[in-house]
Amino acid sequence: MVLECKELRKKYLGKTVVDNVSFVLEEGSIYALLGQNGSGKTTLMKMITGLVKADQGEMTFQGEKLGVKAKEQIAYMPTEAYFYDYMKTKDVGKYYADFFEDFNKQHFDELLIQMDIHQKDRIKHLSSGQIAKLKLAVTLARNAKLYLLDEPLNGIDLLSRDIIITIILEASREDNMIVISSHLVEELEKIVDHIILLNKGRVSLVGEAEEIRETRGKSITDVYREVLA
Amino acid sequence: MEFINNVPIYVQVIDDIKRDIVNGILPMGGKMPSSRELALKYKINPNTSSRIYREMEAEGICFTKRGLGTFVTEDKETVVRIREKMAEDFINSFIQGMKGLGFTREELNHLISIKYGEGGA
Repeated sequence: MVLECKELRKKYLGKTVVDNVSFVLEEGSIYALLGQNGSGKTTLMKMITGLVKADQGEMTFQGEKLGVKAKEQIAYMPTEAYFYDYMKTKDVGKYYADFFEDFNKQHFDELLIQMDIHQKDRIKHLSSGQIAKLKLAVTLARNAKLYLLDEPLNGIDLLSRDIIITIILEASREDNMIVISSHLVEELEKIVDHIILLNKGRVSLVGEAEEIRETRGKSITDVYREVLA
Repeated sequence: MEFINNVPIYVQVIDDIKRDIVNGILPMGGKMPSSRELALKYKINPNTSSRIYREMEAEGICFTKRGLGTFVTEDKETVVRIREKMAEDFINSFIQGMKGLGFTREELNHLISIKYGEGGA
């Protein structure tokens, strides 16, 4: 196992948002982190990246305590757009290249072409779909071990969605791991192989997608509805 | 390809590939896409795609030549067998469905002979 989270907890102002969450992530897999808004998906991702400190629990990465060294191998794509309006898309690439040693400029350029976004486009002129694609491009252009993608499909039109899905599949390799958070389960049915389902801060289901379909004769979407009902 | 989400994805893709083999779209002995290419073609998880090849090899539908890739079986018998098995599955579910609606064998035969000429619409 590459990432192990053990009994993670987080409270905000007395409210428990992540409650005794444990799971492991293995190489070569794409995970769906599913749950309603407010179920703790984003907090959990931020805990792994170190942006939020867990009140309790343990995280190990490749057998060692998750620390600075491990975090260099984790690429996180937050939900919010965090680019400055005055920037051009190529500036976003430069910005990332300055921050992250594993940033692959050539791969970034290729992804932009694939996404039909131009180097000279200004951030303030991009549509929300283009911003979503650009966020994904800078994240996946890093040569990381673990990619955490928070809601990459939220509010995206159909065509952009297809491109995003293709690009995520292309980024999946035998030696990396991708976690995609979403409340849109149906979109992820085909592309993930593992499910982590959160409900009110707790893990209510962990499993292999095909196995869930095979043993229950139900789609992940149906199982999701059942668990939350 | 449209997927039904309550049936394992690998099962559905294998059926689709079998159809392509039976129709000759994937010719006998022909090279198949790599596991990665298959994942991108069907927009499915790469592990599902590797599993598809494992299952198909076990069934003798395809075989791997070391370093060259995966190829459709060269055995005509196998293709005939796949075709017959698929036909049987269709017929069985069709007959079950029609029985469920209370159709008799005669009514079924009659309907088929009419509808077949219309192209099965």
